[in-house]
Amino acid sequence: MDDIIIIKNVSKAYKTDKGEVLAIKNFSMEAKEGDFITIVGPSGCGKTTFLWGLTGLHNFTSGEAIILGEKIEKPRREVGIIFQQANLLPWRNLINNIYFPLEIMRENINGYKERVKELIDSVGLSGFENSYPRELSGGMQQRASIVRALSYNPRVLLMDEPFGSLDAYTRSEMDTLLLDIWERTKKTIIFVTHRIEEAVYLSDTVYVMSPRPAVNSAIFEINLPRPRPRSITTEQIFFDIVINIQKIIEKDVEKQKEEGKYQSQAYSTIA
Amino acid sequence: MSNYDEELEKEIPEFKDSHEGKKSEFDISATMSVVQIHGWKQIIGIISVAIIIIGCWEFFIRLFNVPGYVFPSPSAIVVALIRSIPTIYTHFFITLGELASGFAIGASIGFIMAAILTQIPFIEKIITPYIIVLVTTPTLALVPLLMLRLGFGIFPRIIAVALAVGPMVMINSVTGFRRTDLAKIALAKSYGAKTWQIFLKIRFPLALPMINVGLLVGGIFGLITAVGADMVGGKMGLGNKIAYYSSLARMANFFGVILLVSIIGISIWLAVTKIGQKYASWQE
Repeated sequence: MDDIIIIKNVSKAYKTDKGEVLAIKNFSMEAKEGDFITIVGPSGCGKTTFLWGLTGLHNFTSGEAIILGEKIEKPRREVGIIFQQANLLPWRNLINNIYFPLEIMRENINGYKERVKELIDSVGLSGFENSYPRELSGGMQQRASIVRALSYNPRVLLMDEPFGSLDAYTRSEMDTLLLDIWERTKKTIIFVTHRIEEAVYLSDTVYVMSPRPAVNSAIFEINLPRPRPRSITTEQIFFDIVINIQKIIEKDVEKQKEEGKYQSQAYSTIA
Repeated sequence: MSNYDEELEKEIPEFKDSHEGKKSEFDISATMSVVQIHGWKQIIGIISVAIIIIGCWEFFIRLFNVPGYVFPSPSAIVVALIRSIPTIYTHFFITLGELASGFAIGASIGFIMAAILTQIPFIEKIITPYIIVLVTTPTLALVPLLMLRLGFGIFPRIIAVALAVGPMVMINSVTGFRRTDLAKIALAKSYGAKTWQIFLKIRFPLALPMINVGLLVGGIFGLITAVGADMVGGKMGLGNKIAYYSSLARMANFFGVILLVSIIGISIWLAVTKIGQKYASWQE
């Protein structure tokens, strides 16, 4: 199959008061249809910047970025993004939050009612259609935001540390749910996280990003079996991969510290 | 501003918009959350306090035999008010009309100006000092001038009310429209939202709680201005009746009119609070 996402040597620089800051430097990646790809790296390294570039919320300064054969210039229907916090609109109830993208795209909501209902059922939110975000737990809010992203059926799903603000238990529950959804819908997913285990558990390929300015640091093909049981996270083969990735990130951070460039930003390990 | 916004700002410096999340000079949102009535116990409590105060008032006036022209008893006020209804109801509706039309004009202009100005930060910065001048100057002081130009009819009063309401609604709406949650705007943009969609579906609902505060404060200022304008000149309106009865030392009638004015005031508060509960209650 052909690559549906091709990113070649993209860079992103910001103008700030202190001059130009290079956030991403010559980062490359590709994805085939149906791939689950994770980008892992220390916090604040430029992962969000990269995803926003893929979404078309801002443009890369240089390089080539192509999704589904088209250069990324502005947000597109085929590409959906899920934000770090559920980012639901507090003045809308759950069902109207889910219809929000359809409303913006001026779609006829009636044609999507069945699809949305199935999606709500599949993430266990039925019965909460009329609840407001403040009445829902963090996990439920994030499940609603996944349904919202799937409602209009984009082919590529970009996820920016979607479960970062959830507690450990809910987070692993959400990881399993996400794998389940991915196996059913066969979306192409680009998932960003700073948690290595999450990256290894979820993906086919893990791209390691160095601290700012973000460059390709390493690529890992994760050849663990699919469908992946949760229990795999307690096996030696899983830990080996996690530790390998962790070593690379630590080396990157160490190198930056020596050069005096690293601004202390914690990244989480399996500890 | 949410934590998420701060995080995004750290990672994506361009994320900041021109307002930098600053609050406007005026933020009177506290006025909205003062009273929230829950359950019968509280209602009974509130009513019993009123009964005790009015009862004591009545009791002491009778005990010391205070003459009505010095200070009237509650019962005398009610009797005087009911008796004066045939003469006073036209004045009641005149003041109410001044308030309603002035409020409608002022609030619309204030809201529209806020909506437009916040889209153009540079002009907003230039206009804001003048709006503050309008907010802080009592428009009541302009009524003699308005009456000199436009006569003693209802028009100068409506203009005065509109001038009192407009800036209040505007300054609060500006605060509301500035309160942009950039992560939510990014969300809308990721679905390809156009500027008008972002305004209608994100900025406006986000601003609603503050617009509501503006309507409340504007309504109360409008009432003060309407009654005040009645007092300045002409022979109509509740303000005029207050001045008239006090000059004749008819204190029972005087208090009766004040009762009517406060009923209007409380109705404004209740109405705006109800609207707020319906459309802006999502705010914690």
